[in-house]
Amino acid sequence: MNVLHMRLKTPDDLDKLRDDIRQKQEKDKSFLAVCGGTGCSSSGSEKVREVFQQYLNRHNLKKKTTLKFTGCLGLCERGPVVIIFPQGIFYQKVQESDVEEIIEKTFLKGEIIERLLYQDPVNGEKFIYADDIPFLKKQKRILLGNNWLMEPTSIEDYISLGGYQSVVKALTKMTPPEVIAEIKKARLRGRGGAGFPSGIKWQECYDAVSKQKYFICNADEGDPGAFMDRSLLEGNPHSVLEGLIIGGYATGASEGIIYVRSEYPTAVKNVKTAIAQAENLGLLGENILGTGFHFKISVSTGAGAFVSGETTALVAAVEGRLGEPRQKPPHLVERGLWGKPTVINNVETLANVPYIISYGAENFLRLGTEKSGGTKIFSLVGKVNNTGLVEVPLGMTLREIIFDIGGGIKNGKKFKAVQTGGPSGGCLPVSLLDSPTDFEKLNSAGSMMGSGGMIVMDEETCMVDIARYFLRFLEDESCGRCFSCREGISRMLEIVEDITRGKGSVEQLELLKELANVVKDSSLCGLGQTAANPVLATIRYFEDEYFAHILEKRCPAGVCRDLIRFSINEELCQGCDLCLKKCPGEAIRGEKRQPHTILGDKCTKCGICLETCKYNAVVKI
Amino acid sequence: MINLTLNGMEIKVEKRTTLLEAAKFYGIEIPALCYDEALSPYGACRLCLVEIGTGNHSRLVSSCTYPARDGLIVRTHTERVIKARKLLLELYLATCPSSRTIQDMASKHGVTTVRFKQKNEECILCGLCVRMCAEQMQGKAIGFVNRGIKRRITAPFAKKSEECRLCGGCMYICPACQARCQGPQEENPVCNACLNLSPPCLDYFQEAMCYMDPCVACELGTGRKAKFTY
Repeated sequence: MNVLHMRLKTPDDLDKLRDDIRQKQEKDKSFLAVCGGTGCSSSGSEKVREVFQQYLNRHNLKKKTTLKFTGCLGLCERGPVVIIFPQGIFYQKVQESDVEEIIEKTFLKGEIIERLLYQDPVNGEKFIYADDIPFLKKQKRILLGNNWLMEPTSIEDYISLGGYQSVVKALTKMTPPEVIAEIKKARLRGRGGAGFPSGIKWQECYDAVSKQKYFICNADEGDPGAFMDRSLLEGNPHSVLEGLIIGGYATGASEGIIYVRSEYPTAVKNVKTAIAQAENLGLLGENILGTGFHFKISVSTGAGAFVSGETTALVAAVEGRLGEPRQKPPHLVERGLWGKPTVINNVETLANVPYIISYGAENFLRLGTEKSGGTKIFSLVGKVNNTGLVEVPLGMTLREIIFDIGGGIKNGKKFKAVQTGGPSGGCLPVSLLDSPTDFEKLNSAGSMMGSGGMIVMDEETCMVDIARYFLRFLEDESCGRCFSCREGISRMLEIVEDITRGKGSVEQLELLKELANVVKDSSLCGLGQTAANPVLATIRYFEDEYFAHILEKRCPAGVCRDLIRFSINEELCQGCDLCLKKCPGEAIRGEKRQPHTILGDKCTKCGICLETCKYNAVVKI
Repeated sequence: MINLTLNGMEIKVEKRTTLLEAAKFYGIEIPALCYDEALSPYGACRLCLVEIGTGNHSRLVSSCTYPARDGLIVRTHTERVIKARKLLLELYLATCPSSRTIQDMASKHGVTTVRFKQKNEECILCGLCVRMCAEQMQGKAIGFVNRGIKRRITAPFAKKSEECRLCGGCMYICPACQARCQGPQEENPVCNACLNLSPPCLDYFQEAMCYMDPCVACELGTGRKAKFTY
């Protein structure tokens, strides 16, 4: 039976197909899941999969097991990750040379290979099963949970896991207002940045009178270090399609568009495959499952731009114009794509919809806080032990996310700050570690939920330098249309750069604050209105660091090049010549076995000598 | 007709009127660099900011692009607006000091110092020329390229466009080209030669109380000379 070439005419057909697939899969319950997410792919999981495939072919094990190249499992730090089902044995950092041993020992005999097990970075405890690992145990993975059980491009896998059931439920048992009421009751808020209640957005579009309405899925994820939407689209594209179909049904839209940045080629490919599969089965297109509802989905790609996350700019980009925002009102539900009422939801928001419809708003709400239900995926990156994607119930404290799930700070360093919400967010200090991560609390702390980027910083991070980094990012990514954003950001950067070079003054700091507030107040779109956040939040919590740069001409974290100096402790220096040879600027002088010195005017402050010295004789002042 | 409140006045305007047009109709002057009656509004210069709403929910919007809506409360000269406008004018001066339009506007709004590093750009990217070319001359010979700090206006592929009829409309409308200011000397980017308005009311009410130009109180010297220390 080739699933791809049958057409489902009624909801019962889908149930029958699901039973068939399940029966077929019942036989081979054991399978090997090799993570094919972005993180693991870059650490070589594709090669590992090939070797697995070859080995299975060669030893005629194909009938005994299936190999699944799955979507992102989340623990990118430990990639490539392999999980052996049905037991759920979790192996990390698997290399091609480990493949034979895994199959021979673990798969065939059930023995555990010690060296491939996950080891807790803090207490060194080893874990065998995926479900026991604190990183995964503490999470609540309603969106990412299916990732490791299925191949992203296999609609059979998705259907056997209960896929498209929520579409059937919405289309056959609920009216559009009932669907909207359910979303409202679940208090689902937009996961893309602004956190606007999705139910209200849908309601407005439903109320708008028009023959043609559009439903756009925003997959132009642009925060540096964030890859939540990417992993959802790459790992579980059907869940997003399902959300889109339900959204279209509820709002009265007959066309869905997924706007993806071309920088995500796998996401584009997987989504296109998923759409073709759903169309073939009759889950998309004319008269879906005989319910009389028509809905088609197309993919629109564009060169990724941070500003295209702004809804009006995204519409302009889909229409083929320059990705530039415009003033609202008119809102998109009044005049959206091609002048028609349009709803734009983020990938993650839409992926939540099937869960809400299937399991009900109460269950969804139970996961989150009082004001917003559900979970949130964070991409936990920076100076944290377990970098990767984590999905947690809204309202979990930052401490739990960073220390319990993230495994604490790398190399035993001290935690200094965490940056949430991407470039437009803010840095939160130690004192706010116990505050829950929900929309309101993060906003009142001067940061924001954003799309879920979470960058952890340790004591060796300079906060002025961080402000400079984000301002530089925004200077490039601003569309440049409105003066306050374009010139404001570049002038803020000018002042911050002066401060990092030790040329700042207290008056300039005051001017920076004044300018930041004006940019926030007077810019046209969300990008400009939040562009001052990195500056304002770092000044709010780390003003002493700014003063150290300005008054003492000192960078407390030792990052800002113009304010640090390298020197050699003559007592410790053995004159081994190693630093002298490595120095790219030829700035180190000294006879062999005699203490060396660094020539200040030639030193480029690259820090290579510090890393090379075996005697800790090189010091950073 | 749409009913809204403008600086405390109950006013009526026709549908599709923008806040800038409404204010203009009622004799309230709002400065703008990228606005022209004959062209579509663009909202780029951010000088025509007005405050809408009240209390914690108030925000600044560009009046040239914001449509009048029923029940809207609009204030055109609040402290917040003036503070933002003055800083933006200071930024304009620091970016493009050779424009007489900008210098005059700075004087009029009491911008007397520039605290930013001096640049000498020729263009403020207000987009008037692009819209003039496209909307009035049906030329579409020039447009924007790049984004962010790299944004500039040019003809396609930076070559002379076949669409260009050398009509000069772009230069006619340009606030930076049409009148070069000879005022500022190299060491002082602010001209202020025609500074004449310094309303004393701002100090007392945190809001300008009249829209006369020049301000009568200031002309007569009856008011306390305001110090611009925002």
